[in-house]
Amino acid sequence: MSRKPYVRPMTTEWIFRHSRYARYMLRESSCLFIAGWTLMLVWGLKQLAEGPAAWEAFLQGLTSPASIFFQLLTLGFASYHSITWFNLTPKALPVQLGEEFLPDGAISGAHFAAWAVVSIAILFLAGAF
Amino acid sequence: MAVSNKPIVWGPFAAGGTVTAFLTPALVLLTLLAAFGHAPDLFAYERMHAFAAHWLVKAVIACVVFVSLWSAAHRLRITFYDLGVRADTLVAAIVYAGALAGTVASVLYLARI
Repeated sequence: MSRKPYVRPMTTEWIFRHSRYARYMLRESSCLFIAGWTLMLVWGLKQLAEGPAAWEAFLQGLTSPASIFFQLLTLGFASYHSITWFNLTPKALPVQLGEEFLPDGAISGAHFAAWAVVSIAILFLAGAF
Repeated sequence: MAVSNKPIVWGPFAAGGTVTAFLTPALVLLTLLAAFGHAPDLFAYERMHAFAAHWLVKAVIACVVFVSLWSAAHRLRITFYDLGVRADTLVAAIVYAGALAGTVASVLYLARI
């Protein structure tokens, strides 16, 4: 004997019910761009392993308008992911000092500062400037 | 006590979320600079090859690829659920398998550098 469980129908209409739901979906969709860019990186590793000609072809591929469009979108979405992620750090890593908690701004602020340092270090070590 | 595999799935997601938050925008800037004809010095074949040939760099790249793909896969899985797709087991199997496949591919390519 089997009973058919009631499955509540679910639509995607809820996204547009409130702007914070739309921002949530915008944040979650950053995963598509981060995954896509990471797979592009894996492709770059393949080309690097194959030799100078293949590596040059990879660099050439980066310059196509479609690739640039994708990379610009990825930069935007990845930055949005970083901002939302660091804004949540006071919730994920509350720091208690005696009876008091460290203010939220100090925790997220420390992460934003570290992000800036890491980003500048990457650009500098890669010889971007 | 109920046994849960949630920490195994969630751990790399949290690690990947943090790693991508810190690294990805700057790394995308590097490829964008190359795309606009201002390739960083590191992008010269000899330099990039020598850089990626170090075992420690290989290990770091493989780890970054794994946690980046895994956290994206996990987010995609949750997003499918939010959008009303209830075949969670199937979705999870596909996205996590994709993340693992990308990681394995990166390890194989790194081994040939």
